[in-house]
Amino acid sequence: MDAPFLSVRNLTKHFSPTAFSRGPIVRALDDISFDIARGQVVGLVGESGSGKTTIGRSVLRLIEPTSGEIRFDGVDITKLSAGPLARQRRKMQYIFQDPFASLSPRMTIGQILTEGLDIQGIGNRPERRARAEKALAAVELPVDAYDRYAHEFSGGQRQRIGIARALTLEPEFIVADEPVSALDVSIQAQIINLLRDLQIRLGLTMLFISHDLAVVEYICDTVIVLYLGRIMEVAPAAALYARPQHPYTRALLSAIPSLDPLAKQTRQVLKGDIPSPANPPTGCVFRTRCPVALDACAGIVPPLRATSDGHLKACIRDDIA
Amino acid sequence: MDAPILSISGLRAVFRIAGRDIAAVQDVDLTIGSGETVALVGESGSGKSVTSLSIIGLLPKKIGHIADGSIALRRRDGTVTELTGLDPESLRKVRGNDIGMVFQEPMTSLNPVYTIGEQIAEPIRIHLGKSHRDAAADAVRLLAQVGIPDPDRRARQYPHELSGGMRQRATIAMALSCDPTLLIADEPTTALDVTIQAQILDLLAELQAQRGMGILFVTHNLGVVAEIADRVAVMYAGRIVESGPVSEVFTRPRHPYTAGLMRSVPRLGQATTLKAAGTPLPTIAGNVPSLALLPKGCSFAPRCALAIDACRAAVPPLFAATSTQKSRCLRWEDL
Repeated sequence: MDAPFLSVRNLTKHFSPTAFSRGPIVRALDDISFDIARGQVVGLVGESGSGKTTIGRSVLRLIEPTSGEIRFDGVDITKLSAGPLARQRRKMQYIFQDPFASLSPRMTIGQILTEGLDIQGIGNRPERRARAEKALAAVELPVDAYDRYAHEFSGGQRQRIGIARALTLEPEFIVADEPVSALDVSIQAQIINLLRDLQIRLGLTMLFISHDLAVVEYICDTVIVLYLGRIMEVAPAAALYARPQHPYTRALLSAIPSLDPLAKQTRQVLKGDIPSPANPPTGCVFRTRCPVALDACAGIVPPLRATSDGHLKACIRDDIA
Repeated sequence: MDAPILSISGLRAVFRIAGRDIAAVQDVDLTIGSGETVALVGESGSGKSVTSLSIIGLLPKKIGHIADGSIALRRRDGTVTELTGLDPESLRKVRGNDIGMVFQEPMTSLNPVYTIGEQIAEPIRIHLGKSHRDAAADAVRLLAQVGIPDPDRRARQYPHELSGGMRQRATIAMALSCDPTLLIADEPTTALDVTIQAQILDLLAELQAQRGMGILFVTHNLGVVAEIADRVAVMYAGRIVESGPVSEVFTRPRHPYTAGLMRSVPRLGQATTLKAAGTPLPTIAGNVPSLALLPKGCSFAPRCALAIDACRAAVPPLFAATSTQKSRCLRWEDL
């Protein structure tokens, strides 16, 4: 088998207090390892503070990991100096959540789309324009959008512009960070279809971040469930939804309100709040809210290990399936 | 039978934009009985929040006003008050008193420089005339009722010391402080994580069972509607396009917009099947129209696969599809 396209090993990110802030170290990520094969889409799901965005930014080295290794196409990008890193980044792009905040109101769409090409020194002006127009066509926007401003577009159209910006550099890898969370329901489905279509057509490798498990299911091959900076479960998308193994995954799936008003399902409501990553529980970080926690769960950090049907789960209880 | 808690008829709210009056909401009829939860659902710009702001008289003063219609509220003492045209002083006596409000973002509806306890006690002193001491005791009791552990200590803390879920519980305590007949909850769980959302929905249902208040629940999330509401009104471009019991509307939508919206929501387990078949997720083509440029006739017609010439000629009336379900679609029988 080929080496994975993206390989993350033992990624840890701690945010330390600075000169102007007091308080403990925030353990945003602890010992995260996963692979993405070329052309695959891996989903990161979890609630606030689970570390989804910190992983997304770390793999492009938009923030510096505290420790660990991130191999991108065989190259450990955590060790690269600025020049080689910039050349690697040409192949990696980011799609942001908020299509209002992520597009400058003072730049034309053309300027927004060609800025990355400018910085990377790719092509001359007509070539850059041609690339930008090709990206606009790929996201199904009219070519005349090139000379207009972001405020002239609706939320869904702006998110298409954000996607086009990521495409102009013809990347191989894209981190999509909650790309549909700010959009209306009827627009969400359009954008998910577009991303899926582009991913297949361009053979993109993607890390897809979302708090919405139903959205992730459609676009991802594999799903990673995070809680408080640790991986709880990893499984192929279909298997995760059909047979969730970790008690947290089960609770998360059960908390999603069903559209069927007659199925007043026996929902399992987790008690309490997500603990602070500045003061995480000992042992398994989920144990304080886990309905099946044992005393032993406080003692050890459960390793991520394979279950009988191909999931990876970080839970010591095998007797709850 | 008791008069409904809230009875809205023919509501029309307009905004003056660039010298033109634009109707953000029109032809809205809505009633809520005691102990009943009615969901107002729709996308951005559909008019759901403008409807809820009209009830409490909080339309942006300089540009927005209620142009037509009636909003009648049954108050705690059993009297019915017409809220449109009420002077600001009388309205203040209703708001936070007979009507409790919970909004989307708990951090912005709480004042960062007052303790949680003070903020819950304030309406109790103002509206119910209780002493500082009694109001403070009530505040602690309310915090316990909304499931905040250690309420004595929490009452003395500031909003930033609470988690998002705890803050939303605190705003619910504040909304309930004067025992309102109507609770308006405008996207109260939208900013929360799903496991916390589940807690808040359970809490609201439990508090309603104890107190019997009517709830107007404004949301864009259809799953939440199915979970919490008895009846639902679906809004599109400022009008209610379909209404009825959730059990009827969600099992057999009679408006193409409702049907399209329900199809567009990705459902757990369903995506795997679609993906395997190489089928895209169902969508509604096009975008929500600008309120300033509404098409003649049915506002949904440009995006509707069922639209016929008659749809573009005049705004369809509400048809009674069943004794309880209404649809603003000429072709409701074809759905």
